Order: sequence, then structure tokens, then C-alpha cells
Amino acid sequence: MSHFLQLKNASMTFGEVAALRGVDFEVGSNEIVGLLGDNGAGKSTLVKIITGYHHPDPGGELYIKGERVEHLTVAKARDLGIEVVYQERALADKQSLWRNIFMGRELANRWGRLDLRGMRAETQKLMNTLMGFTSSAVTPESVVKTFSGGERQGVAITRALYFKAELIILDEPTMGLSLSETKKCLEFVAGIKSAGKAAIFIDHNIFHVYPVADRIVVLDRGAVAGQFMKDELSLQELIDRLYLVAQTGQLK
Amino acid sequence: MDRPLSPTASRGTFGARGAFGRQLRKYSLQLGIVGVAVFIWLLFLIGSPRTFLAGDIYVAFMSTTPFFALMAIPLTLVIITGEIDLSFPSIMAFGMTAFDVVFVTTKSVWLGFIACLLAGVLAGLLNGIIVVKIGIPSLVATIGTQFFWRGAVMVVTNGQGLGMTPVRKTILYPALVGRIGGLVPAQFVWTIVFAIVVWFFLNRHRFGAHVYLTGDNVESARLMGVNVHRTKVITFAIVGFAAAFAGYVVSEEVLFFWPTLGEGYMLNTLASVFLGGTSVFGGSGTVFGTFVASFIIGAINAGIVAAGLTGFWTSLIYGLIIVSSVSLQALVSRRIR
Repeated sequence: MSHFLQLKNASMTFGEVAALRGVDFEVGSNEIVGLLGDNGAGKSTLVKIITGYHHPDPGGELYIKGERVEHLTVAKARDLGIEVVYQERALADKQSLWRNIFMGRELANRWGRLDLRGMRAETQKLMNTLMGFTSSAVTPESVVKTFSGGERQGVAITRALYFKAELIILDEPTMGLSLSETKKCLEFVAGIKSAGKAAIFIDHNIFHVYPVADRIVVLDRGAVAGQFMKDELSLQELIDRLYLVAQTGQLK
Repeated sequence: MDRPLSPTASRGTFGARGAFGRQLRKYSLQLGIVGVAVFIWLLFLIGSPRTFLAGDIYVAFMSTTPFFALMAIPLTLVIITGEIDLSFPSIMAFGMTAFDVVFVTTKSVWLGFIACLLAGVLAGLLNGIIVVKIGIPSLVATIGTQFFWRGAVMVVTNGQGLGMTPVRKTILYPALVGRIGGLVPAQFVWTIVFAIVVWFFLNRHRFGAHVYLTGDNVESARLMGVNVHRTKVITFAIVGFAAAFAGYVVSEEVLFFWPTLGEGYMLNTLASVFLGGTSVFGGSGTVFGTFVASFIIGAINAGIVAAGLTGFWTSLIYGLIIVSSVSLQALVSRRIR
């Protein structure tokens, strides 16, 4: 399998604190990786390195599509196709669906005049395909405030897919969602897979990660405690292992 | 019961009303403000039919309302981004001070006029830069600059006014405050021009899209690559420009520049924006709403006098309008949420 992203021997220290210690991490080009770990395990530090927000300590190496990348910045990560979907911060509530889809990347002519018709038509197309909104009551003009939590995540994921993201990072996408909304959200994550893209799914909740992930990586205290393909382990076995991690820091 | 999964179920009842209902809801704010305008007009018509059935009062509205409508329209942008500007009354006088200095030295009305507008833009830029770069809340920053620019005006002019009669010789005078066809005040036409230009940039241009996004969710806008700082600075600069322009128009209309110019414009300008339905929380508001609301505010002033009340009532009523329209918006948005 070809890798979209490979991180080798990444360490990150903040003053005296080692947030990451020699982590190897990779994501296949059409793979959903579940990233599990307790608070302080290093999940968000890892993600921030991948998105160019943090720069790892010397000695770490990052490869994207097989090429060595040095001095990754947030803008560069984005150009390379890495998008993050944030839970609460993703959408502008009072704005229409199309304004949210095209947020910051509006279709416009050379002078900045908006192509309203184009954006509405594209949004309608996305609604019928990726988002699966078929009701006539929801239009590209609908205000996203009226959407459910799962639908909102769907809008954010759709936006990332539309703008040719290769790797979508979902930071606790199910947090605060009801059961049915979570289901909707997980459907969208599965949609990333079928669209041929990759994702990193970060969550505390193993019951959400397990069904959609191809591979699960467990972080503990700044190091990879273990990783395995989903078909190697049943959900129950995974739960048992995680207890073990909590006690020993090792998956096996 | 489980929450509906898809919006189909949750919006079935509205869906039945179809496209018409949707349009109605989309423009509810605009329809509301027009309703308020008609209601107040009828009230005045009944209260003093002799005044409100004659044409003079409407010419008066078209002549005086632009003085603050010219500022209220761009101020709408600042408030949509979630900020506020309280320094515009002083910028009116600051712009005219620049005119004063340049005109007295060069004897050129045009150079003075350009200096006036430039001074307004600079003062607005400074507001924006203080807010975004230093990170001071705009409420506090612009209270500060309000005093600062007023102080600068007083220091430079030494509290002395300037007669504006020489400007009558240039084309600027009829162009800005003349009476078109002997009837329609030119400043009214300029207000419409301002409204159309600002409307275009707010609704049909990338800049306006960023204004709405910045005010709605500044964090997500920034994460999605919107240059939030630049957007805010530009909105402040536009208000600065408009304040200087309005200051010039007022001074031409009365043919005198008073260093106290601008005092008394704070309340009616803000009341126009808020009555027009612009959210004090940012993220929503329309140029149309502000435009119509400006004329409501202008009419109320005249109406109070026509109804036989003293001018002392105006401030009380403007205050009441600001508080009640902002409260109404807060209540409505809470209900929707």
C-alpha cells in the first residue's frame, strides 16, 4: 500500500515535558486510521505536527506522498491536501450552506465578484451526492444553524472533500453528538474512504473509532503503545488490550 | 422521541409552504423593517396630517437624514464583523480639520476635500489597526480615539470654526448638497449611491462574504483562510472615509465648519444600524435594513417636533429604540436557537 504520509522518529518537547517520544506514524493513501489515547497521550501534538502547527524536534522526518518535507507550515500542509475538521469551530452558524461550503475559498472572478450561481449549483450537487440531503426543504440557502450536529460535521467533511483534501483529520468529531447524529457523522467518515481519500479519526470513544477505522493506533504517554489492523482484533479484545495499556503502557 | 436524523423530517411542515415561504423567511428582516416604517408613517399621518401630507417634510428628510445615513450604512459592516466604532463623530470633525488646514494654506477646495477624505481613511485605519494588532476591544479602542481625534481637532483649530462660503464657487457644492431639479437634495442621491456600493461589496463580493464569516465565527473563518484582520481593518477604514465625507457634506450644507461637528450624530447613527436589524453579536445585518431604518430615525426626529413634543424627547426615544431593537434581536435569535 502506498503511503500518503509517513512520520519517522518524531519527538516533541515543550521545555522539560516530552509530549512525543520517537513516534513512527503513517497513513495509507486510502486508509482510515483511528488514533486512540488518553488525555495527554500526545494525540493533539501528533496532529499539530502533521498540520504544520508544531515543528518536531531535530531527528524527526516527515514524508508526504513519498517526498521528504521540511519546515511544514499550516498553509503548506493545506496545499499538500491535509485538512482538519474541527468540531465546534468548523462552521459559521448564521450563514447559508453555500457560504459555509465555500468559506475562505469563494468562487469569484478576477475582481473578487462572487459567482453566486456557480456556488449554489455546486452546493446543490454536493447535497445530492456527498451529503445525501434530498429534501426540498433544505436548499443551498438554508442556514446551517438549523442542521443537526451530525449534519454539521457532514458539511465540514464535505467541504474538505470538495477542496481536494487527500487526508482529512477529524478531531473528536462525535463529541457532544446524540446517538443518531453520531451515526450520521460516522457515515460521513465512511464516505471519506469510499471517495478514495485518507483520514485520521481521533476520539476517546473506541466504540466510534472501531467501526470505521482500518487500522487503530494507540498512543500512551507520548509513545506508540501499539497498533493493529482492525481485522486482527475483535472489539472486545481491543477493549481488554486498552485496559492493559492503561496499566502497563504496552498493548501486548 | 429520537431526534430526526435528516432535515427532511424536521422541516416537513415548512417544506409544504415551498419556495414562497422560504423567500418570505429569508427576507423577514427586510419586510419587518418596512412594516415598522409604514406603521410609524401612519402614526405620524394620523398625529399631524397637515405636516405629513405636504411634500416639504419629505424634502427635509432627504436633506438631513443622509448626514448620518451616510455613516450608518458602512458602520453596518463594522458591526457585522462583530466590532463597533464609536469614534466616527470625531472623525467627521477631524476630516474637516484636515480640510481647514489644507484649504487655508493652498486655497484649493479640491485639495482640501481630498485631504478631508484621506484623513478620514487614516483615522479609520488607525482604529482598525489598534483593534486587530494590539487586540484592544473596539468598544474601548474607539472610545479612546473618539476623544483623541476630538482633542486633535480642538488643538489644531484652537476651537475656531471656518466659514465655507468659498466652496460655493466649485462644482463640489452643487454635486454634494445641491437640489436636483430644484427639489431632491444631492446628498440623498449620494446616500443611495453609498447604499448600492456597500450592498454590492457586502453581498456580491468576496470582501462581503468575509465580513459575514468574520462576524459569525471568527475562529472558523481564520482556520479556513479568511484574512480576518485585513477584513476588519478595511471596514474601519470605510467608516472613517464615510465619516469624513459626511462631515464635509454637513459643513457644506450649513456653509460653516464647527469644531464640535459630529456631536449629536452618535445616537441616531447607531440607532439606524440596530433598528435595521444588524445583530450586535455580529454575523448578520443588511444594508437595506440600515437604509430604511435611517429614514425611520430621521422621521422620528421630525415627528417628535411635529407632534408638539420638545426636542429633548429625541434622545430618550433614540435610546429606547436602540435598547428595544437590540433586545428584540437577542430574544428572537434565542428562540431560533
